[in-house]
Order: sequence, then C-alpha cells, then structure tokens
Amino acid sequence: MKPAAFNYAKPTSVGEALGLLAKHDGDAKVLAGGQSLIPTLNMRLSTPSLLIDINGIGDLSGISVMGGEVRIGALTRHVEIENSSKIAKHVPLLALAMPSIAHPAIRNRGTIGGSIAMADPAAELPACLCALDSEIEITGPAGVRGVAAKDFFKSLYETDAGENEILTAIKIPKIAKGYRSAFDELARRHGDYAMCGVVAHGKCDGDIISDFRLVFFAVGGTPVIATDAMDAMEGMAVNDESIIAAQKALDNDLETFSDLHCSATLRMHYAKVLTKRVLTSLVKP
Amino acid sequence: MPELKSMIKDHILDRPNSYIGRSVPRPNAKRLLAGRGTFTDDINLPRQTHVAFLRSTYAHAEIVSIDVSAAKESPGVVAVVTGIEMAKICSPWVGVLSHLEGLKSAPQHALAVKKASWQGEPVVAIVANSRAQAEDAIELIDIEWKELPAVTDMETALDENTPLIHPELGDNLSWQRDFDGGDVDAAFAKADNVIEETYISNRHTGVCLEARGIVADYNPGEDELTIYHSTQTPHMMQSLFAKHLDIEEHKVRVICKDVGGSYGIKVHSYPDEYATVALAYMLKRPVKFTADRLESFTTDIHARDHIIKTKVAVSNQGEIQAFEIDDLTGIGPYSVYPRTSGIEANQVVNLTGGQYTNLNYRARARVVLQNKTPMCQYRAVGHPILTMITEGMVDDAARKIGMDPVEIRRKNLIPDDAYPCKSPTGLPFENLSHHESLEKLVKMLDYDALRKDQSKARKKGIYRGIGVATFIEVTNPGPAFYGVGGASISAQDGATMRLDAKGNVIIETGVTEQGQGAEAVVAQCAASALGVTMDKIKVITGDTDITPYGGGTWGSRAAGIGGEAAVQAGKALRDNIVEVASIMLQCDPSTLDIRDNNIVDVSDGNERMPLSEIGRVCYYRPDTLPKDYQSELVVTRHYVPKKFPFAFTNGVQGCYLEVDINTGFIKFKKYAVVEDCGTVINPMLVDEQVRGGVIQGLGGALYEECLYSPEGQFLNGTMADYLVPMAVEMPDIEVGHVESPTLDSELGAKGAGEAGTGGAPATVMNAINDALYPLGGKVTAQPFTPERILAAIGAI
Repeated sequence: MKPAAFNYAKPTSVGEALGLLAKHDGDAKVLAGGQSLIPTLNMRLSTPSLLIDINGIGDLSGISVMGGEVRIGALTRHVEIENSSKIAKHVPLLALAMPSIAHPAIRNRGTIGGSIAMADPAAELPACLCALDSEIEITGPAGVRGVAAKDFFKSLYETDAGENEILTAIKIPKIAKGYRSAFDELARRHGDYAMCGVVAHGKCDGDIISDFRLVFFAVGGTPVIATDAMDAMEGMAVNDESIIAAQKALDNDLETFSDLHCSATLRMHYAKVLTKRVLTSLVKP
Repeated sequence: MPELKSMIKDHILDRPNSYIGRSVPRPNAKRLLAGRGTFTDDINLPRQTHVAFLRSTYAHAEIVSIDVSAAKESPGVVAVVTGIEMAKICSPWVGVLSHLEGLKSAPQHALAVKKASWQGEPVVAIVANSRAQAEDAIELIDIEWKELPAVTDMETALDENTPLIHPELGDNLSWQRDFDGGDVDAAFAKADNVIEETYISNRHTGVCLEARGIVADYNPGEDELTIYHSTQTPHMMQSLFAKHLDIEEHKVRVICKDVGGSYGIKVHSYPDEYATVALAYMLKRPVKFTADRLESFTTDIHARDHIIKTKVAVSNQGEIQAFEIDDLTGIGPYSVYPRTSGIEANQVVNLTGGQYTNLNYRARARVVLQNKTPMCQYRAVGHPILTMITEGMVDDAARKIGMDPVEIRRKNLIPDDAYPCKSPTGLPFENLSHHESLEKLVKMLDYDALRKDQSKARKKGIYRGIGVATFIEVTNPGPAFYGVGGASISAQDGATMRLDAKGNVIIETGVTEQGQGAEAVVAQCAASALGVTMDKIKVITGDTDITPYGGGTWGSRAAGIGGEAAVQAGKALRDNIVEVASIMLQCDPSTLDIRDNNIVDVSDGNERMPLSEIGRVCYYRPDTLPKDYQSELVVTRHYVPKKFPFAFTNGVQGCYLEVDINTGFIKFKKYAVVEDCGTVINPMLVDEQVRGGVIQGLGGALYEECLYSPEGQFLNGTMADYLVPMAVEMPDIEVGHVESPTLDSELGAKGAGEAGTGGAPATVMNAINDALYPLGGKVTAQPFTPERILAAIGAI
C-alpha cells in the first residue's frame, strides 16, 4: 500500500497552481487536506504524475462575512468551521453538521473545498450547501466563475469543475430572520459515512413552515433535493398528517440503493424516519 | 483451601509485602505511551530489503503461466521468486493433528504452486530496496490465470455437484466430530417442551493495531537465521522455520520485541512469513515484510463462520432435559498450520451446555473447506459461538415456559458445592462458582429494579431488554490441547531468575508480552516470591536464544502458567540467597527471610543486610565464603498443569440496553461482568482484559463481518468498511470478581484474557431479544445489525 511515484509541487498562488494544472492537463491532482486523496494514492486507485499541494496558498483559507453572505475559503479546515462563531451565528446548519463529519483527527486536517470537490454522495457538506442556496466559486484559466451548489454536483464524484480548475471558495447566504435549520443522520458508528442523512431548512412561523428545503445525502449519486416532499410541506403545519404526506412523497423523490451496510429498503425507511425527526426539530427547537 | 495452603511451605499467598492482588502499574506502560516501543517494523538492519507479494485476485484459479521478466528489470528490484522456486527451499506443510481424528487438509506452500485457493493467497514474491519499488514491480508481472469455480457457501460445500477444492482429498469435508451422551432421544421424547432454533455466527477477524510483521536475516558465516517477528509464540515459530527450511533449530533465533496486539491472530504460521524467511536465507540479506491493512484483512486468519441448528428440551418446571446441536463451519481452503482449523468446532462440541447439570447432550460438527481466507483460532476460540447457542437455548427455554431467565439458570447451573465433577462430554471441572457469580451479577445489575424499569418503559413504547449469559472458559491448557496431537508447541513454561551483583534481579520467561501486561504479572509474581520491590526487577521475554523454552502467550496461559513458574523460581532463588546469608551471618537459614530487598530476621523483620551485599560477596569476594561452598544466584523453574488438562474458569455477563424500534439502533444502559479466574494477580490488568475482551466480543456481535461476494471476493477490506467497535458506542463495563483458585498451582491463578470475548455476544443477543419479545421479534444471526433488528420486528 505505497503510492506509485509522483512529482510534488507547492505553489504559493492560485495562478501558479492553475499553470501547473494546465501544463499537466488531467494528469495532476490537487492536494488540500488529503483525507480522501492520500488513501486513494496509497491504494494506487489514482496514479497522478504530479501532486499540486495548495496548502501554501495563504489566501485560500479563512471565513469572512461580506454583506449578506459568508465566504469560506476552500482551504478552510473543518475544525475552523466547527469552532467559528461567525458560522454558528450566520450558517447554523453547518455548525449542526460539523460534529458528524468523521472524527476530530480528520476534521483537523480535512478542508471544506476538498470535501466539496470530492463530491462524495455520503458527505454532509454538499447537502448542506444545496439546502442553503450556496454558490461554489471556481477559478480556472478563464478567471473566476460561480456555480449554484445544486448545479455543481453532477453525478457520482462528478462535479461542474473542470480538470484544470480549482475550487477556491464557498459562498453561503446568511440565515434570514425567521428561518431555521435541522440536521440528522444515521451511521453505524458515530463519524462513519451515513447510511442516510438529511438537512432541512425553512422559514418557521409557529409550526407552519415555508420556503422549505429538504436535502438528503447518502441516498443517491449526489445530494438529493426532495422536491415532492418539499412541495407537500410548503405552507403546512408540521403535524402527524403532514409528516406522513411528506414521507409518502419521498417514494417519488428518492431512488435508494443498496450497499454493504444498508439495503435500499432500509435507506428509504431511514429517510422517512429522519424526515419526521428534522421536521419535528425545525418547529420545536 | 486453608488446609492445602498450610501444606505448602512458605505459601506465595502468605508472603509479606506481596504484590499479588495489587493493581501495580505495568512497568512497560511508560515506554509504550511515550512512543518508545520497538515494534517489528521499527527494526531496520543494514542491507535490508523489502518484500511485497503479488496475491491472487481470484478466490480459486489455476496458474497457467507467470512472466516475471519485466518485473526483474524494474528499478530497485533484487529478486522475483515464484512458487515453484520457493518450494525448492521451503517445504510445504499440512495442518492436521493426530488427536483430531480424521481431520484432513492439503499440502500448503509458502507461495501458491499450480493454483491459488483464496483471494489474497501469495503467489509471487518481489524483493526490492523499498516496499514502493517492490509494489511498482508487481504491476509488471504478467500472470495468465484460468479461473475455477469458487466454493464459498458452506451450506452447499458438501453437495455432490459442488466442485472439490482439493480433488485429492475426495470431498470438501475437512473434519467431522460426533458426540452423543446420556439418553438424548428419550429426553426429547418425554419432554414437556422442545424448542428448535438456528443460530448464525458471522465470519470476522481480530484486528491488530500492529499488523503482522517480520524481518529475517541470514548470516552464512554462522549459518544462522535471526528473525524479528511480531508473534505470540517465538519457540513454536523457531521450530517451524527450522523444519521447513531444513535448518537445525538452534541455528534459528526468533526475537519478539513489542507486539501491538495479537488476539490469536499471531499464534499461527503464515505463508508470507515463511516466504520472507526463505528469501532472507536465499539472498543472504535481511528481508522485511509488514502486512498492510488490506493484506491483514485478506490473509490474517478469520474465525467464527458457523451455522448451528439447536434443540433444547425443558420441563414445565424449568428443568433443562437435553441439548442437541448441529454445527456447520467453513474454514477456507486449508486447515491452518500447525494448530489446525478443527479446534474451534471441537470447542463448540466439547463445551456447549457445560455449565449446566443436564447430561443428555448430542452434537455434530462438520468442518468444510471453502475458497475464502483460512479460518483458525481467534481470542476465546469457539467460546463466543458455544456461549451464544447455549445461552440462546436457555433463554429460548425460559421464554417458552414463561420463566425468568435468571431463575432458569439458578435451577440448572451446576451447584457450587458439586465439585469436582465433569461436563457432559467428560471434561473435568475442578472448582467453579456459577451460583455465587450469578448472584453477584444480579446485585451489580440491580436486576429486580431493571425489570421494573423495563416494564414501565414498555408502557411508554420504549423497548429495553436485559441479557444474561453464564459461561465456562478453558484456560491454562496443558499438553492435551496441541502436544498430544503431535504439534511442536510447548505446554510448559519456565522462568530463569538471576540476582546480580548490585542486588537487582533479571527474570527471563518463555511467556510473551502482547501489550496485555504479561511482563508486569511475571514481575509481580517473581518480586513477591523473592521479597524484592518491583523496581529491582527486569523481565526479558521473546527471544529464543535467551528465555527458557516455552509456549508463549495463548489460551489464557501467560499469567497462570508463566506466573507460577516465576513464583517457583523466586522461591528457589530466595532459598539460595538465604543460604548464603545464613553462612555470612552464621545463623540458621530458617531464621532469615528476604523482604523489601533486604535480608531480615523472620521473627521481627529487623534488617540484617541488603541484597547488594550478597551480590558483592558472591561475585567480587567469594574468597570470604567457605572454600567448600559455592553460591548459586541463578535458578530456573518450570511449570505445567498436571492434575487437570486445563483450568476451567467461569463467569457471567449481564447488560441492559434499549432498542430504538424506528432505527434498529441499540444503546447500552448498563454492562456488568463477574469473572472467576482464580487468584487475581493484578486486579487492574484483569479488569482491563475483561473490558477489552467484552468490547472485542461486542465487535463481532454487533459490527464486524468479513463480507464476500458469491465469487469469493472480499468486499470490505478497509477500516472504513470493516466496522470495529468504537469508544462512543461502547458501554461502561463494571467488573466484579469471585476467586476460586486452582489447586493445580501454588499461585492458583487461572486465565482471564478471553472470558470477556466469550460471553459478550450471548449477553447482547439475549438482551436484544428480551427487548423485542413484546413485539414478537427475535434475532439469531450475528452481527445484530439495525437492519436485522428492524426486519425481526417487521419494521422493514
């Protein structure tokens, strides 16, 4: 379990990194926190000729609040987001999700940009970003562009970012007045990739919810926005009846699959159990 | 007890300032915690090379041709060796023992010859200047395979149309054992109730923090092999390497530095380890092999893949009248060498139902071959399976007649005053404490209060369950385990103790340290017997050139056997030292003793001289002693259990847990264990062994499973997919003790390392089923996953 030989570069600017990517055209990999990439290299599932270590690019890291949005640099470690008072205040959903992302040692090293770029369908953060109308900032040879999170995740491990582009930041709107978020997941052991997970976000007026978002992870190839269930709940009071309606709608929204630790049937069952939990928690914080 | 104790002069349990029974911190803990341990991979020798193995990607395939020419030219490569070349210097082995009558297996090679029989079997060895270079070269080897049908399902392994893994054996049945005791048919015929069930124990493995590793060096000048090896059994490995490389045993030195966990995984011999040693011999250079995690999952022995049909007879009054079991187990393509893969099933036959008075017992065990990783002995060999079925059957019986599970055990466990007596299969029990242990557990759990809480919770739709499992456990094995079957495995162990000139003591012993604290226990025994403080003692283990010839660590034997040898060595050395002191002090030796590193008067404890003075006179100024007197400050003593084939221990575990009927997740609310391992030498170490053992047992019961595709492909060979228990999900475990010492030794200690593992799966299964009972659900297949729990109650 030793990686095949590779070259290593540590650029100090995004421009320099982009130059290296272009030069190696598809044969280079960007190293951020390394929590997914390094095991892949060690198992020789990936054998790039060059690793571009972006950890030396200072301005890729950090959390800032600008106007109505929070900007998180791609190289920001999970632990910084977990401990950030700005995140707790303006993006409470991320603060809720953080403790469920793997284990402290991984959160100390892993980055938000790495997690988003990797686009693991069982990861928590992509679903959070989709629920919050976030924008992914991508820098490439042609300059900087923004992509809505819901358009960024194309299919299993496939994103809108091109081979010669680098994900440079995440922009998330500050939570608006009257809105609440909820997060829940079921994993065999705490910190494992979930068998099923869900994030909910919406405006809560008493037990009536509107502008409702319900996004699942670990149930498909990408984060799954449960539009039928969202429609079913829109403007409704959270009660046994509406919860059952939302749960029923999931049969349309989700096409669950089986893997080693969870059958498709169990996934669907969990999606419904979790829907009830997050809906209840949204209106009874 | 007291009368027997008084028959032994100067009994170890009567020593002043004794360390026996004290939670002495382990002397090696500081070094290990400081990161200054020396594990096998830390050994680096001059001119060292690294070996990597091309392993079979098929579960069953014929090797048509191998082209290594490109690999040989790859940068850094020193040698590329195939099975045919390897077989010229390393002879094959067959994993059978004569006392498991009829057990058969095929010759197995260090590197596959002609065909590979499981995914992961080593096929070609590549030696290079670095492991990475060796792995680079693997990719250049061109093998033409002819895939053969894989035998993976043990239930069809014996069918007529199933292909044979080794045609020369005639069938895929490696071994069968039948036992019939009492009058089983009559008991079932007249029984008020007969309950049948099928239980499934899942294939899993012992995950060691330190993977298997070996560094071998051959010095042609002395014709000597030196092997650094992460093993539990240095002398056994010395014997095996010598035999299969055809070298004299004393020319093979096995050194075992720190071992990062073993659990029985490192008590077997592995093809890749023979190959590494043979390569060093061939190349006359050091060769290192360190298994990576994927190699560990696909080549470390697996265990416990069993399907067991059970049948129990019980009267309406709760008297258990008969047990019948039919065990089917799949062991992979070979019986593992040298301990064989029949022992696990043999334990199931031998010990099922052994804690109960019922003598009507019938068992059949069939051990079949498969194209999966070989299975063999793993911590608590067979006990997790047999305790699960025994205690599953007892709970089945209790539920059927509506009796409380504790009550049915009170009625049927062998009474505490019935010893000595025998198990249904004729194994002798010296002295057990089932009832005292059970009553202690009932108190620790506050059983009646839990029952009340359970019924209150049920009314609120919360499902909680209590599980209780009693168990017996084989420890301190004598030669009956392996030696009588022809294995070169020492049943006895020794301790050599030496007083040095400055009054310090060196003790060398054949039992080995695996991170469990064996060295601490040996030091406590030696220090107490001799009369010195722990800081004066240094323990040396794991070097075949130095320590007394011994069996190492397995079968819960290190403390009970190694500890007793240390006690006897300490007593003998004390006699020798006191003799010198009596000459120097011109008094009767019976008036002197050693306490806290000093020669003292027995009568009042007055200090007469320090041990350093004995050392000074004996080593530097022996001219001051009488001319006709020779001091002896080195002694060796050995011990092997003789009165009993093994020391049975007993205990009981109990837990209280809650099942979330929406998710199938379980949450422990309480876990308690009462363990009777005879004399407790170090309560802290025993408690930690019990706790660690319980966690490993719960791992198998709730999480761990080696998953295979129907074609025999291992599906979850990473720590992300093979789920070991983690701290967050595990319960706090309260440990209590009953002490029924064995009279086979002066120390009276029995083994404690495996009991936790043996009892845990039954305990958690019974608790889950107790919780699910009102919902009409029951789980019988490990691991008891959320999915299986939800399926059992019809929620999915």
